[in-house]
Amino acid sequence: MRNKKCFIKQNKKIWFVAVLLVVWILAYRVLLPFSDYLIYNVFGLEKGKHLTDAIWFFVFEFPKVLLLLTLIVFFVGIIRTFFSPERTRKALAGKTTFAGNVMASLLGIVTPFCSCSAIPLFLGFVEAGVPLGITFSFLIASPMINEVAVVLLFGMFGWKVAITYVVTGLVIAITAGWIIGRLHLEKWVEEWVYKTKMGDAGDEVIRLNFTDRLQSGFTAVREIVGKVWLYVALGIAVGAGVHGYVPEDFMAALMGKSAWYSVPLSILIGVPLYSNAAGIIPIVSVLIEKGASLGTALAFMMAVIGLSLPEMIILRKVLKLPLIVTFVGIVSIGIMIVGYLFNLIF
Amino acid sequence: MNILILGTGCAKCKSLEKATRDVVAEMDLDAEVTKVEDIVEIMSFGVMTTPALVIDGKVVVKGRVPDKNELKQLFTK
Repeated sequence: MRNKKCFIKQNKKIWFVAVLLVVWILAYRVLLPFSDYLIYNVFGLEKGKHLTDAIWFFVFEFPKVLLLLTLIVFFVGIIRTFFSPERTRKALAGKTTFAGNVMASLLGIVTPFCSCSAIPLFLGFVEAGVPLGITFSFLIASPMINEVAVVLLFGMFGWKVAITYVVTGLVIAITAGWIIGRLHLEKWVEEWVYKTKMGDAGDEVIRLNFTDRLQSGFTAVREIVGKVWLYVALGIAVGAGVHGYVPEDFMAALMGKSAWYSVPLSILIGVPLYSNAAGIIPIVSVLIEKGASLGTALAFMMAVIGLSLPEMIILRKVLKLPLIVTFVGIVSIGIMIVGYLFNLIF
Repeated sequence: MNILILGTGCAKCKSLEKATRDVVAEMDLDAEVTKVEDIVEIMSFGVMTTPALVIDGKVVVKGRVPDKNELKQLFTK
């Protein structure tokens, strides 16, 4: 009896999700004609004017990015229920270098983890015998390649740039972690880390059924989209202003291909600049339109998203300063190579 | 009942502490609520994601903030 009730409830939820998906597809499809209709017919704005361009950019891009974000965050929220830091740790314990670095970087993308949990996670990994370099691969990939960044890159630049970002981000996480592992820097980890004894809290993940997982998807949407929509709005608003008013090759001198210093400069600016992907990517997308080169812009975004000052400060509790400097140095060099490479290719 | 909230001071940890205290007050429970901020002590419970909720020495929630209904259920068990 109880099972049947449960089954009906589960079915209801699946139908609800199916209906939402149809609504989503319709909304995404009519967005472009609707934006045109709203701007040119309802508001009666004149085509080709700066103000019209700026308003159109916002009216179209903001709902578009928000729709994409909701969809992807929902599915990533469901995928994440199959992973947990505990499982990831078990999978990585005692792994050999390189194969372990690859695995850690990939798991870094899907394992639910926020930077405020960086310390307990680091301790948990070390305690379980996950090698230092492999732990770093995880810590580099996890913030750099996140669903919000990927969605925004896809929405503002298209899938080619989004995939490029993910692949180069992975390569940086794998290589940087591998190098840190080879350097044997365990001496620069605070001594008390190795003395910490850890209890066993068991695994919460196993007891979830499908409805629970759907619910996790909704929770993820509420938490993540509820938090970043404002940054998206601000980023796109600034982007819209730049899009409409700043002259075409304004950024060419500072962030263009011909300026050799543009890549290191944008990393230097990017690391201390603490912003999330949601705010920075729309702005960067219009910088490219105004003459910034793709490699430089990519390097800038990676530095902003992947290396954040607050996370370094948190990690300082478990890592000695030389190790943090080495870590930031190696990742920065990786980002720099990516930047130059893309300026060369594209 | 002995309730511990494990968390180093992130925003979610604070909201879990507040929700727990609210529910304990609402249900008029005879419970002692303590916030644990020392990382070594947090690790001794084996959690890798904060915040976590510990009832009578057992970790019941980790890495998320349950809503008040779930908290009520957890406290009635």
